[in-house]
Amino acid sequence: MSEIRKMTCIVCPMGCQLVVNLDDNGNVTGVANANCKRGVAYAATECVHPMRTVTGTAPIAGGGVVPVKTDRTVPKDLMIACMMVINETPVPANAPMGTIVIRNILGTGANVVTTKDLLGFN
Amino acid sequence: MTSVDLVIIGGGSAGMSAAVAAYDAGLRNILLLERGNALGGILLQCVHNGFGLHRFKEELTGPEYAYRYEKQVRERGIPFKLETTVLDITADRVVTAINSEDGIFTVQAGAIILAMGCRERPKGALNIAGTRPAGIFTAGTAQKYINIDGYMPGNEVVILGSGDIGLIMARRMTMEGAKVKAVCELMPYSGGLARNIEQCLHDFNIPLMLSHTVVEIHGRERVTGVTVAKVDERRRPIPETRQYIACDTLLLSCGLIPENELTRSAGIPLDRITNGAQVDQNRQTAIPGIFACGNVLHVHDLVDYVSEEAEIAGRAAAAFVQGKNTAPACEIALRTDGKVRYTVPQRITAEEDVRVYFRVADVYRGVTITVRDGEQMIFSKKKGKVAPGEMESVTLTAAQLSKVKSGCLEFSLCLDEAKGGESA
Amino acid sequence: MYDVVVIGAGIVGGMISRRLARLDLKLCILEKENDVGMGASRANSAIVHAGFDAKEGSLKAKLNVRGSEMMEDIARELDIKYIRNESLVVAFAHERESIRDLYERGLRNGVKGLSILEKEELHALEPHLNPELDCALRASTGAIICPFELCLASVGNAMDNGADLMCNFKVCDIQKTDGGYTVTAADGRSVQTRYIINSAGLYSDKIADMTGDGGFTVHARRGEYMVLDKACSKNITTRSIFHTPTKMGKGILITPSAHGNILLGPTAVDIDDKENRATTPEGFADILAKTGDNMADIPFNQVITSFCGLRAVGDTGDFIIRERDGVVTLGGIESPGLSASPAIAEYVEELLRNAGMNAEQKADYQPRRTSLRAFGEMTPEEKNAVIAKDPRYGRIVCRCEQITEGEIVESIHKNPGAQDVDGVKRRTRSGMGRCQGGFCSTIVLEILARELKLDLTEVTKFGGGSVINYRKTKGGI
Repeated sequence: MSEIRKMTCIVCPMGCQLVVNLDDNGNVTGVANANCKRGVAYAATECVHPMRTVTGTAPIAGGGVVPVKTDRTVPKDLMIACMMVINETPVPANAPMGTIVIRNILGTGANVVTTKDLLGFN
Repeated sequence: MTSVDLVIIGGGSAGMSAAVAAYDAGLRNILLLERGNALGGILLQCVHNGFGLHRFKEELTGPEYAYRYEKQVRERGIPFKLETTVLDITADRVVTAINSEDGIFTVQAGAIILAMGCRERPKGALNIAGTRPAGIFTAGTAQKYINIDGYMPGNEVVILGSGDIGLIMARRMTMEGAKVKAVCELMPYSGGLARNIEQCLHDFNIPLMLSHTVVEIHGRERVTGVTVAKVDERRRPIPETRQYIACDTLLLSCGLIPENELTRSAGIPLDRITNGAQVDQNRQTAIPGIFACGNVLHVHDLVDYVSEEAEIAGRAAAAFVQGKNTAPACEIALRTDGKVRYTVPQRITAEEDVRVYFRVADVYRGVTITVRDGEQMIFSKKKGKVAPGEMESVTLTAAQLSKVKSGCLEFSLCLDEAKGGESA
Repeated sequence: MYDVVVIGAGIVGGMISRRLARLDLKLCILEKENDVGMGASRANSAIVHAGFDAKEGSLKAKLNVRGSEMMEDIARELDIKYIRNESLVVAFAHERESIRDLYERGLRNGVKGLSILEKEELHALEPHLNPELDCALRASTGAIICPFELCLASVGNAMDNGADLMCNFKVCDIQKTDGGYTVTAADGRSVQTRYIINSAGLYSDKIADMTGDGGFTVHARRGEYMVLDKACSKNITTRSIFHTPTKMGKGILITPSAHGNILLGPTAVDIDDKENRATTPEGFADILAKTGDNMADIPFNQVITSFCGLRAVGDTGDFIIRERDGVVTLGGIESPGLSASPAIAEYVEELLRNAGMNAEQKADYQPRRTSLRAFGEMTPEEKNAVIAKDPRYGRIVCRCEQITEGEIVESIHKNPGAQDVDGVKRRTRSGMGRCQGGFCSTIVLEILARELKLDLTEVTKFGGGSVINYRKTKGGI
């Protein structure tokens, strides 16, 4: 059974309402209504193995939290699992922005990096 | 009293962008005043990504976006004071402020840029019946507890209002182990971006209850639940649709209000719809030498546009101080038809390319955006869908503006009948 | 062993404590909540009534008129905001009769400064009123006061003069002993005392049952209010405007608060539950309709908050104030309880003396207290001198009301010290402005935690189970 799937693109704030054609094997055969190539790529991935960037906070060694993100997308199903790992991994109290906190989290190939400078500009 | 060429009130994205632009336009004697303990404003607690796609062509988190501007401010050596609150400004540009180091001090400013941002609509203003227990927070307050302080203010959550901060917090609280039971939205459509409905609600199977509101809060000490109800087309709750949802937390994301107390105290006229100052294409208010930009002027969806607007204000304030301002080439008032709710700027005084931002009043499908000079159509653009949650813009060219005869341009939406235009 | 234990730290208990604290007595104030003034004292119209309402000859009438006369001096001593703003009782043509009745009753009660305003004078004085209103009773001694300050300052002044305050002391048992009583709390704490003052408001009937002087009941009468942004005050009124009263109370009024907001309300509905402070859609509708009758164009879109208070209504129609076996019982102290409170305190002292209490004034008695408003009311030069000594006064925490960290810290350490977020709010007005604490509540929480040496999870909104943060996000670390 081929299928037509409608979805909201989340690549940018435009929020294009994509219409995706899938063949009997679930492969994407066409994407309509996308305003850019990234939207087409998003639709293709989203139908097969949806991916997301994880953002949140990690504990600072000695107290407090620091904002972090994955430096690339991870499988959508693993978002909460990633967060649990991040929750248990303290960040040094003087880590500069972009410090890698966790490499290749849960084997996703993504690193968790800090998004705030704990060193400060001085 | 000390004199400064330019005082910028607010060190968030608008204030920092304006400071950098003013500096780059040749101004050196600048003072940036920020009430918080760091530059960056609300971006510092917005740890999610999605910032900077237009500016930097990459997806940054809030703190990263703020960091890029703070770096520019520091590289230029632009003076700023933190934990400094402006108490008053006057029409002749005297700024009174307070901090721990200087006490109460006044500065005579050559020009002022207002960049104070906005605040969230509080619970009190919503007149929700019921008790007043702990556990009712605006989405931004909860965001600060979670992202800055590292504390969880709720375990089982109902969110009233589907503004972007509410949607972002639905995801954020879920990621930190809370159960978000529902997001209620009074209107028949969401006030947030479509992508946020998708990635913050749908990704986590959080129901979005459109045309629903919270009619009663329960609980003596801490919230124990809320009663929600569907509303009719006049937004009145329908009693037979009342349902109880057990929860310990009610988050409110019911709109943002520009913080214009200082603007008012200087006697600057405000726009009734935006709740911000009325400005020209340079973001100059009705008082010469006082400019406004960012969320204090009108609430933006994207920080990229805040920076763009702040740079316009920064450059124009520099030109004002440097005496480079030319006499107005024209005086064109921008008006709206109601379907277009407001425009920023509200007036144009120069024959140059001007990008006009606006919001619409409802969700419309299949529309034509038109700009008319009396009977004369000077611009039109077709659009598949417009919504109140998504700011639109139109660029008017110098050539178009130079031909305006009536002194007034009307922005309107024509519903495209042939395409089955509808108000949704 | 205390000489006197006061049960209930509301305005009445506070004013009695303050009066007794000037004497050479060992005094203790017991309060079941986490802070003082948590019952009727925190949610009322904040008006010092002139005294024309109460039936002549009643205790209410006598103590109201006397209390109202005493209040201005007390407010000065305690540095409380008190504004003689006058009150008006307005009426339509068919209600003229009741205005005349009120006027005459006021004269019989001994109220000074009463006059009747005819239509023209009334509308010249109050241009925003409904033009159809026909006449009004004007009471020039009517005043407004900050009820939080009145309660805090009276308890605080009593403490400054040596009284003890025990919060979260929920009295569950009172036993007669040789020469006094033992008062025990639900958590097991107990105090010994010679005399007891039962000023327990809504629960004074329950306490009276424990002291053996019961036989009356007190029930709750809900009163809902809406508060308007300060910015609209100038287009409304500076006076307290009542409509002709009904048997349920003085009706729904329009009045400025001592801090410049406009207060609309209260509704009046008798309820069974003494803890039910929920607002209702019916209440909002009632306020809108009834204030709308007196004044069109009230900007209801400028409502910044709403709240519900419970009046302690007795079953005799008058205040119950009596002494038996060294226990002074105060029951049914509803409106005009605030107005009468200084005179109630005077009367209670008299009852205690008649019962044998014999105490002289202390040599070091200090009648004065400075308010937390002191800093806010200084000139910029004076403020700078304070900031130079203590930089925390240069850091604004509440931007709407412009309250500094210094003032918040002061509110935590000054008698009676704030223990929770709402306590800071009632003392400093931090969080009472138009953003309703959206920005400052998180900072107030941090300051409370720091000053009281608590974790953020331990700081509450108003004590008990009113927790704000449940846990750290990163529990394991």
